[in-house]
Amino acid sequence: MQQPLEMIVLRQLASYLTIPMWMMDSSGDLIFYNEPAEALLGVQFDDVGPIRAEQLVGMWQVTDLDGELLPEADFPIMAALTRQVPGHRAVRFQGKDGEWRAVEVTAIPVEGQGKRFLGVLATFWEVEG
Amino acid sequence: MEVTSSSGRLLFLDAGSGIRSLGEDAEGLERVDVLLTHLHMDHILGLPFFTPLLDPEVDIHIWGPISTTKTVQERLSRYLSPPLFPVRVRDLPSVTFHDMPPGVFELDSIRVTADLVCHPGPTLGYRLEESGSVVTYLPDHEPALCSSSFPGLVEWTSGYDLAQGADVLIHDSQYTDDEYEERVGWGHSSYTHLLGFARLTGVRALATFHHDPSHTDEMLNGMHGWLEARADGLEIIRGRPGVVIDL
Repeated sequence: MQQPLEMIVLRQLASYLTIPMWMMDSSGDLIFYNEPAEALLGVQFDDVGPIRAEQLVGMWQVTDLDGELLPEADFPIMAALTRQVPGHRAVRFQGKDGEWRAVEVTAIPVEGQGKRFLGVLATFWEVEG
Repeated sequence: MEVTSSSGRLLFLDAGSGIRSLGEDAEGLERVDVLLTHLHMDHILGLPFFTPLLDPEVDIHIWGPISTTKTVQERLSRYLSPPLFPVRVRDLPSVTFHDMPPGVFELDSIRVTADLVCHPGPTLGYRLEESGSVVTYLPDHEPALCSSSFPGLVEWTSGYDLAQGADVLIHDSQYTDDEYEERVGWGHSSYTHLLGFARLTGVRALATFHHDPSHTDEMLNGMHGWLEARADGLEIIRGRPGVVIDL
């Protein structure tokens, strides 16, 4: 089954960018993240992905900058997925390599022609934490 | 490109200069459908000269891609209005416009699937199915642009679902490999990409289409010969005016 063209083009764009980028489809399955994101997430996409939504839960520990566990609804990616609104916040998360990192996360819902909700595009920016 | 269903229903795929003479085939019909892939000039050039358009006895239905902000009618009105053409869209006697996001619809016995494909600006490809026969029309298509290694995974290949297993794939055949290298991103395919896409999608026959206007007959013969030598069971149909494909 082919992905929508908008997602195909986004994936190709992401593969050319040095900004870490993450893509989910409309059901919340992780369908792609690029090489710069691999460095942050601590694991290569080809080693783990694609990942079904239910398997994503708990794969990465996410807290606020003070180390408090973040409610799922407060995470920008989940806001973009479930409420289809853009979101941004700073979080700390533990990569699959065991490292904790502080990142700014910006997520947007991807809407294609005919108001089709196609998924989520998120970018991460590592900050001092 | 004209498509006739088993019941005699007439569809036109795009409206380039060829649609002017094909308009004569629509004489006496009550309804004609024109499916536009996109609104680049070479695909709408012939529309004002398509005589059924001015015939109040013929219901014309024009299907095409919306932009993110404008309807098909609004977009076509930029061409079908003075000073480019004396007749405005609103003055056409019996035309209905259909804005096409990706989706499936029925035209009589033909099931039409429209989906966005890789080409600059909003561009649709069409898959037409009737009684188990499938024709896929991708006249302007650059699937290699959306892939780091083409042909790659079907999931990430533009146009795959439209073309998969088609009896006939009518596909963009614009460039030689050398020409493509100079025109990456222009929205068209090289013959190598064309063959790769046809094999990936498992089509039965491949009809070349949308040749580069600068290519001579001699050059096209050479390019087709190249394709035929590598076809390996894939039927190659040399696209040229007047070709009839019977399914």
